[in-house]
Amino acid sequence: MTADHSHSHDHTHPHPVNEDDDMDLTEHEAKFLALKAMLIEQGILDAAEIQARVEVNELKTPHQAARMVARAWVDPAYKARMMADAKQAALELDIPVTEAALVALENTPDLHNVIVCTLCSCYPRSLLGEPPAFYVSKAYRSRTVREPRRVLREFGLTLPEETEIRVHDSNADLRYVVLPQRPDGTEGLSESDLAALVPRDALIGCAFAKTPS
Amino acid sequence: MSEVAFADGARVRIVDLGKPGHVRTPQYVRGKVGVIERFGGTYENPEDRAYGRGRGTAVQLFRVRLRQRDIWPDYPGCEADTLEIEIYEHWLRPEPTGEAQ
Repeated sequence: MTADHSHSHDHTHPHPVNEDDDMDLTEHEAKFLALKAMLIEQGILDAAEIQARVEVNELKTPHQAARMVARAWVDPAYKARMMADAKQAALELDIPVTEAALVALENTPDLHNVIVCTLCSCYPRSLLGEPPAFYVSKAYRSRTVREPRRVLREFGLTLPEETEIRVHDSNADLRYVVLPQRPDGTEGLSESDLAALVPRDALIGCAFAKTPS
Repeated sequence: MSEVAFADGARVRIVDLGKPGHVRTPQYVRGKVGVIERFGGTYENPEDRAYGRGRGTAVQLFRVRLRQRDIWPDYPGCEADTLEIEIYEHWLRPEPTGEAQ
């Protein structure tokens, strides 16, 4: 809050998100703009590098991982490469990967993988974008390792007793993505139609891929 | 690079180093026994890096697979359920074959 923020109000108006909004900057926005200006002024970064990274960040959405899943469903050789090294498999589809290493986990009728980061919010952002609110909640982080079947039931997934539930605590340097089971009735669909059947939560292990309507 | 400290499938115990601060080994797995699922690469030790120390201190990272029943004796799911977690080598000790715990 700046000193000349003098009009009295009860904070019902929106604070600015752009530097050219005709309102005061929040403290964090002011810091961000100052830091950016200093990095450019000192020649540590230039504006083009910052813009290039913003463009990379904007490519980070769950659609990237859904593309990998769709390719893996139609191309067994690609699936094998993805299971061996998911980072290389992402790069193969021109996905800019900023993680050190990515691991793909295949869900089958016998094994259901689900991902959590108990310590914070480690997440494969290159493939899935920013994590959803539930993923960073203390409830999800603490309960998924302790009672995963109950947590999955709350997401609408009731898994048979014979299916092993394997929880992956993404607590350090590796990042994970789930390869969900291909739904029935999807024979002959194009890769882009298949990718549209893969919701974000299926890539975390908290949903199944959708069946075509 | 130095030799990989643990082979895939080796039985290990996750020890409790009692270390405070920015450590990546959560309390709930300390003291528990599992098997090495895979070697995950070599990284700068985050326990030093978080405090600006030890840049270049390389440590090996392993994925350890544990049975849920070995983590939580009253685990409410199925016998076969498992959990995998990433543990740096200095938190791991070889564990003789036998009953877990």
